[in-house]
Amino acid sequence: MAKLSIFLTFISLLPLLCYSFSPENPTDRKILVLLDNAAIKSSHSIFFKSLQTRGFKLDFKLADDPNLTLQRYGRYLYDALILFSPSTKRFGGSLDFAAILEFVDSGHDLIVAADASASDLIRNIATECGVDFDEDSAARVIDHTSYAVSETEGDHTVIAADDFIQSNAILGNKKIEASSSLWIGHTLNAANNLVLKVLSASPSAYSANPEIKLSSPPSLTGSAISLVSVAQARNNARILISGSLDLFSNRLFRSGVQKAGRSTKHEKSGNEQFVTELSKWVFHERGHLKAVNVRHHKVGETTEPAIYRINDNLEYSIEIYEWSGVSWEPYVADDVQVQFYMMSPYVLKTLSTDKKGLYSTSFRVPDVYGVFQFKVEYQRLGYTTLSLSNQIPVRPFRHNEYERFLPAAFPYYGASFSTMAGFFVFTIVYLYNK
Amino acid sequence: MGGSPNQPSPTPSAANVSIKPDTLFSGFSLKNLKLKTKQQELLIRVSILCLVYVLAFITRLFSVLRYESMIHEFDPYFNYRTTLFLTEKGFYEFWNWFDSESWYPLGRIIGGTLYPGLMVTASLIYWTLRFLRFAVHIREVCVLTAPFFASNTTIVAYFFGKEIWDSGAGLVAAALIAICPGYISRSVAGSYDNEGVAIFALLLTFYLFVKAVKTGSLSWGLASALGYFYMVSAWGGYVFIINLIPLYVLVLLITGRYSMRLYVAYNSMYVLGSLLAMQIQFVGFQHVQSGEHMAAMGVFFLMQVFYFLGWVKHLLSDSKLFQVFLRFTVTCSIGLGALALVGGMASGYISPWTGRFYSLLDPTYAKDFIPIIASVSEHQPTAWSSFMFDFHILLILFPAGLYFCFKKLSDTTIFIVMYGLTSMYFASVMVRLILVATPAVCLISAVAVSATIKNLTLLIRTKSKTQQTGSSKATGSTKASSKTSLDQSPPFGRNVAAALLLGAFYLLSKYVTHCTWVTSEAYSSPSIVLAARGAHGGRVIFDDYREAYFWLRQNTPPDAKVMSWWDYGYQITAMGNRTVIVDNNTWNNTHIATVGRAMSSYEDEAYEIMRSLDVDYVLVVFGGVTGYSSDDINKFLWMVRIGGGVFPVIKEPDYLVNGEYRVDKGAAPKMLNCLMYKLSYYRFGELTTEYGKPPGYDRARGVEIGNKDVKLEHLEEAFTTSNWIVRIYKVKPPSNRL
Repeated sequence: MAKLSIFLTFISLLPLLCYSFSPENPTDRKILVLLDNAAIKSSHSIFFKSLQTRGFKLDFKLADDPNLTLQRYGRYLYDALILFSPSTKRFGGSLDFAAILEFVDSGHDLIVAADASASDLIRNIATECGVDFDEDSAARVIDHTSYAVSETEGDHTVIAADDFIQSNAILGNKKIEASSSLWIGHTLNAANNLVLKVLSASPSAYSANPEIKLSSPPSLTGSAISLVSVAQARNNARILISGSLDLFSNRLFRSGVQKAGRSTKHEKSGNEQFVTELSKWVFHERGHLKAVNVRHHKVGETTEPAIYRINDNLEYSIEIYEWSGVSWEPYVADDVQVQFYMMSPYVLKTLSTDKKGLYSTSFRVPDVYGVFQFKVEYQRLGYTTLSLSNQIPVRPFRHNEYERFLPAAFPYYGASFSTMAGFFVFTIVYLYNK
Repeated sequence: MGGSPNQPSPTPSAANVSIKPDTLFSGFSLKNLKLKTKQQELLIRVSILCLVYVLAFITRLFSVLRYESMIHEFDPYFNYRTTLFLTEKGFYEFWNWFDSESWYPLGRIIGGTLYPGLMVTASLIYWTLRFLRFAVHIREVCVLTAPFFASNTTIVAYFFGKEIWDSGAGLVAAALIAICPGYISRSVAGSYDNEGVAIFALLLTFYLFVKAVKTGSLSWGLASALGYFYMVSAWGGYVFIINLIPLYVLVLLITGRYSMRLYVAYNSMYVLGSLLAMQIQFVGFQHVQSGEHMAAMGVFFLMQVFYFLGWVKHLLSDSKLFQVFLRFTVTCSIGLGALALVGGMASGYISPWTGRFYSLLDPTYAKDFIPIIASVSEHQPTAWSSFMFDFHILLILFPAGLYFCFKKLSDTTIFIVMYGLTSMYFASVMVRLILVATPAVCLISAVAVSATIKNLTLLIRTKSKTQQTGSSKATGSTKASSKTSLDQSPPFGRNVAAALLLGAFYLLSKYVTHCTWVTSEAYSSPSIVLAARGAHGGRVIFDDYREAYFWLRQNTPPDAKVMSWWDYGYQITAMGNRTVIVDNNTWNNTHIATVGRAMSSYEDEAYEIMRSLDVDYVLVVFGGVTGYSSDDINKFLWMVRIGGGVFPVIKEPDYLVNGEYRVDKGAAPKMLNCLMYKLSYYRFGELTTEYGKPPGYDRARGVEIGNKDVKLEHLEEAFTTSNWIVRIYKVKPPSNRL
């Protein structure tokens, strides 16, 4: 009896245990945080607290913990990974470089923060995600015009940057003040079009070792330098790469910021807001779309045919929802397009929406037969990529689908029948009129 | 199944078969019954014909005995697939079938791009057998269709030979054609291709037309039009008929053999035949619009002018006036005809000749301009050895037969001479057209054999007649030919004649052994299952193709697209049941060139092409392990040429070293890194194929390969068959983070 009750409790708890990332509920739930030392847990506690209040379960581990593992029995134990361990040369346990990339490639999210002591391991992970840190490990981003004003003049490596990406999906719709920190500069891999600069340096910035006098022009200069970047992989896994671990720290959250050359001094820097909004995006609380109920049928019918005929009129509809963090809300936009595609789009139509998530249009199948696809390729900044294709063949007319009696052909009908009749009369006359 | 082809045998023989047991029963008392000579002759003739009929069928069963009851080669798989569809879904679905599984993403309208004769024939046989409660599978019917029609061809050959010369020649023709390797190559059991039925239709049409010309009867003309319709429905080779017959008519007109019989025969055949042929969707209006058919139309109008002139001549008594009229009419009609032709060509109403037709008239044309036609092995010019292989003694008998035909010129012999000469020309231009020449060669050779043997036997018998003047009646029955030969009986004696006769029989028996040997050794291989001799002399079977197709069918998603060179397209759709990019119906050169380009590009360039075609799997055929020489590496230069014909970025010299094609260390760098090389030789460098040779030794080309360290970036090996003949690769999705 006792056993049964335990079993029943377990069964009733099962849904709770399974409450993690899923297509239906895309927000991450369990996050592994890897730290260089336990001090970071307290020095960055505001950031962690904000995550916990939003419902995430954080699992703090030291990066060299010998029991470290991401998966057990082929299933991942975590939905996301935060690497606040810039100086780690090697992870403990079964975790390594390849395991982290595999974690991302199976659809999980990642936050990587580097700092002045960033190890090759962290740099390599960033490189795999499309971001290249400055090769000189001693280099900092220096900006002599928009540095953060502080008590000491310093070497202008603490920069107040406010060159944020213009995207409500990523950073929310509230204005963010400049966020200041000491930065390691990085650039985006030009061949990679999935990675974005979220916070870029000002045009006057450059990346160099502040201790040494410059002998040659710095390799990274101007707004090509990215301070914080994000990437969204093709499987919609999201990656945040920050050139500063201090960005997340309590100290900079609390301190004020004043940009050089500006008179206004903000009591509180934009760091907290920036990081919080960004983490919402990374953990799929925002900008996550799903497309469901793709339907297409001939006008006037409701069932989906296995094949269309050329010149059929058809209706196409799709429902698109956005995840708000707690529930699926209708996604409203006026730029969702459908292609009727066979090697190139034969029809390209913008879908009209009823503001409740349903997008629909109707069009005429082109006068070309072949194997077509309904394609929706919706890629918008900050949103998950919607890429749907439904294959459908288009056949030509059947032999009995052509018009039977063409008005234009009546002269020919008349000609042939009159010839036949004439021949008949002629035969009779010829045979019997001697 | 062995007995089934005998059931629908033509009525004359069937009627006589029923007499046969009767006579056999009383065979021991043949002398008592005193069968008349004519009856005896009929009995012998019918028995021979029956034996030939059965022989033609059973000699084609080697492939079934050696391997199993299976469909051979490439095209037959398409025919089998469509026949299956026809029997399952019915004729109208078949007629309107849009196949989305081939030529992805273009698709193919099956009903409008095939000759349905073969499929309909097989289905009719199948339905008849079903109706008679024979529970056969459609595959068995398809496998045995070609032998069955080969048997029927012997009957037609008999009647045709009888028409040309005499019934003896007919019997010889039937016997020769029953086992002639040139015909067997396309009609063994399992070779379920259009030609199997079409040769029967071709010979039947010619026979009926010759009959129509001989009798001047409208009903024979109609019959030949129907035969022509069957031919059009069965094979694209009908163009040969529609050009040979007008040519024949033209020759008769020029040689002054014009007659009312010819007029009736040709006009009825052409008009009705055209109307019927236009009912085949694939032919349609081509029959009156394309350049290949213009000769027939021109001759048709010429006949009318000829007839009209004859009529005017009949009315006008003044010959001078007629001369003027003749000049005027001829000028007018030629002018009008030329004007119509030029106008039609210029406006595009008359389509120009197709590449295949051009390459027949000018054998170098395809090589220079259309690599896709030149790449097919059966489109190559014929080697002398294959003439010898396919015709054997017929090659010697053919000129002799021509001599006899010229000796006794008539409308019929003129026809067979023209058929023989034109088809011989075509046979020497293209290997596969030996098939078309075979009936003519057999018929003409039969004339030679029959006439020679008859002359010799007559010689022997006349000598004996002088000694015992009893049986003069028997020789008297053999008509005029015997008289002519009697007149010119050579002066040598009876013994020489007997020796010559023996020699002839020796030659003919050699022919029989040669044909049987060729059939069993060369023409009965299904080419989808390969056989080789093992180290200890035992037979080794390589069933890799079917293994690979079965893997595709079982392990890939149903809508997966498979890219391969076009040779394997039909087999993949028929056996693997998967969508292919290109197949053996080479109607779209650009699409094939795109595949050729992908195969001959570097992997990353090829990946872009494959992505644009939604390719999921790539299939290559590789013979390096087994020494199978007709693999993709050996076909690769054609891929380069066809790809380069459309996309000039692909250049043939990039793959050659000093004009030499090689795969070893000295190969061109582009060759060593192109997709086809990588896919063929992936992981091959680790493999030791032959004792005493380094790893990576290619047995098909006899060299050690040049690039043993093949790394694939965008593809991964999905399946390799047990003997490495077929290798299947999966195209990876684009990199997740890049």
